[in-house]
Amino acid sequence: MKKLLLIVLLLANTLLVAQEPQSEFVPVKEVPASEQLPSAPLVITAYAFVWLAFAVYAWTMWRKLGKVEQELGALSAQISKPRTPRGDGGTRP
Amino acid sequence: MRKVFVPLLAVAGFIFMTAPIMIAQAPYESTMGLVQKIFYFHMPPAMLMLLSAIFCGVISAIYLIRKRPVYDWIAYAAAELTVLYGALAMVTGPLWARKAWGVWWIWDARLTMSLLLWMVFVSYLLLRRYGGPGSETLAAGLALFGMATSPFVYLSVNIWRTIHPLTSVVPTLPVDFAFPLWYAFTGFLLLYIALMTLRVRIEEQRALVDQLYLESEE
Amino acid sequence: MSAFWRVVWIVARKDLAIEARSRELINTTVFFALSCVIVFSVSFVGEGGDGRALGDAAAGILWIAIAFSGTLALGRTFERERYGDTLRALLLAPGARPAVYVGKLVGVVGLLLATEIIVVPLVALLFQARLFDHALLLAALLVFGTVGFSCVGTLFAAMLGRARSRDVLLPILLYPVTIPVMIAGVRGTAALLQAPPQLDMARLWIMLLLSFDVVFLTLSLWTFESVMTE
Repeated sequence: MKKLLLIVLLLANTLLVAQEPQSEFVPVKEVPASEQLPSAPLVITAYAFVWLAFAVYAWTMWRKLGKVEQELGALSAQISKPRTPRGDGGTRP
Repeated sequence: MRKVFVPLLAVAGFIFMTAPIMIAQAPYESTMGLVQKIFYFHMPPAMLMLLSAIFCGVISAIYLIRKRPVYDWIAYAAAELTVLYGALAMVTGPLWARKAWGVWWIWDARLTMSLLLWMVFVSYLLLRRYGGPGSETLAAGLALFGMATSPFVYLSVNIWRTIHPLTSVVPTLPVDFAFPLWYAFTGFLLLYIALMTLRVRIEEQRALVDQLYLESEE
Repeated sequence: MSAFWRVVWIVARKDLAIEARSRELINTTVFFALSCVIVFSVSFVGEGGDGRALGDAAAGILWIAIAFSGTLALGRTFERERYGDTLRALLLAPGARPAVYVGKLVGVVGLLLATEIIVVPLVALLFQARLFDHALLLAALLVFGTVGFSCVGTLFAAMLGRARSRDVLLPILLYPVTIPVMIAGVRGTAALLQAPPQLDMARLWIMLLLSFDVVFLTLSLWTFESVMTE
């Protein structure tokens, strides 16, 4: 019953979509020369940002992986050592 | 998984190095001139952000049904990459818009939907970070709801107003524009996959560490 | 099916009974909503004799007040459960879990509608907004909008039950997801306040709210089961 209602309403939705106003994309033209922005800084900033963001993210992730694997190695080594009874229940390093 | 990362990274890196050459050789667009070149580094992240969001939503749904940890790791990685790629799109977009439209930002359907989707995934990350134990299932539910609400956001803003370039621009691109675009897109996609393998591996190792801690306390 | 509704009724009646005795939630929520409206009206009402607000401020402020007071009410509805640890007991009870969700939802919606009954006249007064000219359409907007906001909110608040930082996480999670409700609610109310009122636009927004409600109510009922594992 719920599903039927859902379908009916989704169909009603498509009717809405068919009626909605569309408007054309009108690019900015003939802006007076004094108002025009130089493009080069914008383009350079855009590309630089992309490269920088990827570099920062990849580097951060690489370091995190290194740390986790180090911790993993240390723990494995600790476990494979002969264990001494811990009266105090042990503590995490 | 580690084996896949380095070659993927190498190929992606190569593409990124050579893409500017191709982009520079592509013809200038008639009305927008130089600034249109941002398009090659704006559209791929924007599209990949949306795809990544959908991917995260789907994986989250699967996680809610199956409850296997690996789905959770992938969902977390996908959410992070959604935020990263979204940030790229949201920065390059306004830089282009400033010149092409004269304003930094407009509240049209496409932009608003993307912004809201991005915010949903930022809140996903906040939840994972600060929500404490049990936030995996919550976050999965959030990703699902985020996906469900996006069509509504798009529709409601569309009814309200619209100005973003129509979607029909890309399929009808002349080949001189299309080639650098899809070249750059491939680079972004390969990098996405590479970063995802890295990120999932981190979660996998973390889970192992937790498990070992539990064992070592016995 | 009737077992489902019985659980719903039990849960809703329990909340109502507690509320009827203390009236804590209703009093504090209403007063908070009023303070919101007054603070905003100070910010948005323009200079000059008739004190008219900027543009569609009245519509916006109404829905912001609903969103804010709704968030607080949601937080405190589940706070009460956490206090008595009754949520776990409820979930262990032999009723279907979705029934518990619907029961809580009924309570929250009831609380918010009661708040709106008081806030809407105040907004109309402070902003000289002719909100009651098309009372039926306005009521539809408010009811469907409140249901949409509450159904997502109740799920998230229940999910966050024992999470850390839950107080601030609830709005962080809730607001982006319920933006369509806000857009539809504000634009719909604004359409009613135009001169002349755009009734067709208002009806369109009501339809959108209705479909949002159906989709998200269904989604919440499906996910409540798997998300509330503790």
